Amino acid sequence: MAPLAPKTGDPLFANVERVNAELFTLTYGAIVRQLLADLEEVEEVNKQLDLMGYNIGVRLIDEFLAKSNVSRCVDFKETADIIAKVGFKMFLGVTATVTNWNAEGTTCSLVLEDNPLVDFVELPDTCQGLHYCNILSGVLRGALEMVSMKTEITWVRDMLHGDDAYELQAKLVKQVPEEYPYKDDD
Amino acid sequence: MIGAGKIKQYANVLDKPLSRGRQEVSLSAFAFLFSELVQYNQTRVDNIAELERRLEDAGYAVGARVLELLCHREKGNRRETRLLGILSFVHSTVWKVLFGKVADSLEKGTEHEDEYMISEKELLVNRFISIPKDMGTFNCGAFVAGIVKVRMGYDLAVFHWLFVTSISSNWPKLNKLLFLEKGVLDGAGFPAVVTAHFVPVEGQHRPRTTILIKFAEEVLQREARLG
Repeated sequence: MAPLAPKTGDPLFANVERVNAELFTLTYGAIVRQLLADLEEVEEVNKQLDLMGYNIGVRLIDEFLAKSNVSRCVDFKETADIIAKVGFKMFLGVTATVTNWNAEGTTCSLVLEDNPLVDFVELPDTCQGLHYCNILSGVLRGALEMVSMKTEITWVRDMLHGDDAYELQAKLVKQVPEEYPYKDDD
Repeated sequence: MIGAGKIKQYANVLDKPLSRGRQEVSLSAFAFLFSELVQYNQTRVDNIAELERRLEDAGYAVGARVLELLCHREKGNRRETRLLGILSFVHSTVWKVLFGKVADSLEKGTEHEDEYMISEKELLVNRFISIPKDMGTFNCGAFVAGIVKVRMGYDLAVFHWLFVTSISSNWPKLNKLLFLEKGVLDGAGFPAVVTAHFVPVEGQHRPRTTILIKFAEEVLQREARLG
């Protein structure tokens, strides 16, 4: 019998190899700084961060599925729950909460109180339009696309802009049925 | 959501209390992030030397901050003034905080008075990285070399962080980690050149990484004056 899918990510996080969060935070800061120096436009940097996050997400989902043993999610609600409790915990060591479901169950908010990416960070006046953690939205988008869900992820609240938490809004655009790369009758 | 458990808001990020540094993220999160850093830089450069330089700069930025953080937290705001002091600071404290363990070895170079080497069997940033043949001597340890360089010295003099592997006579490949190392040495007042190299080891499938530190003349002179 397959092992039971974990309801929280704590045992998973305890089992994976870990590194100091500060190294992670500072490396991410170095990346953002490099992007700002190269691209200079805040919008471009946002886009690039999202793209980098997308690249990470498409590979991260493989590792997530391999290590976490979760069974197929029945609907988007369950997906969001798993991401918040297991996914975030497994990689970032923090959990998110899921709130603000709309009537059809296609849009929700993931709220992060604690975010290892932004330790020691303060946005200068010249970069107020920057979504510093935009890499996260890319990661979610990339990962979900690999499991047949096209989503749009946007930032609703950002602590670096003065809000009290980080809130990502995830909107399910459509479920893409899986396509097999080969024909059955070959 | 208003209610119980609202986090205290700090007007200034500098007022926030410094964490104890115990928080962790998964290794794969860091590995993914680092690979994106390298991939992004690959698109912005034309040759390997420039790629290493960019990684070194990234590591340099990390090292400067790590130096400040550790000086304040671990050492009570005291900085090292002696050569061996700063080397063992890098080798033990910095390595322990960043990579969870002290570096495998710290050696003094035999050919030159101003060369020291820190070696690591499997450097964290190199763990999930393989270098294609056409990239020749490139080594991601350059990132770490940049970190160490900041800790060692100012950006004025010759930085000669050569990662010399004492084991092999082959010309070692440069490491990304190197760049990380440079930042620490610079900030601490010990200008040096830091480079990262691969050293093949018998009996081990992957080569070990050596960070070579070549101190600037003024460091040795100062050391001699201090007696």
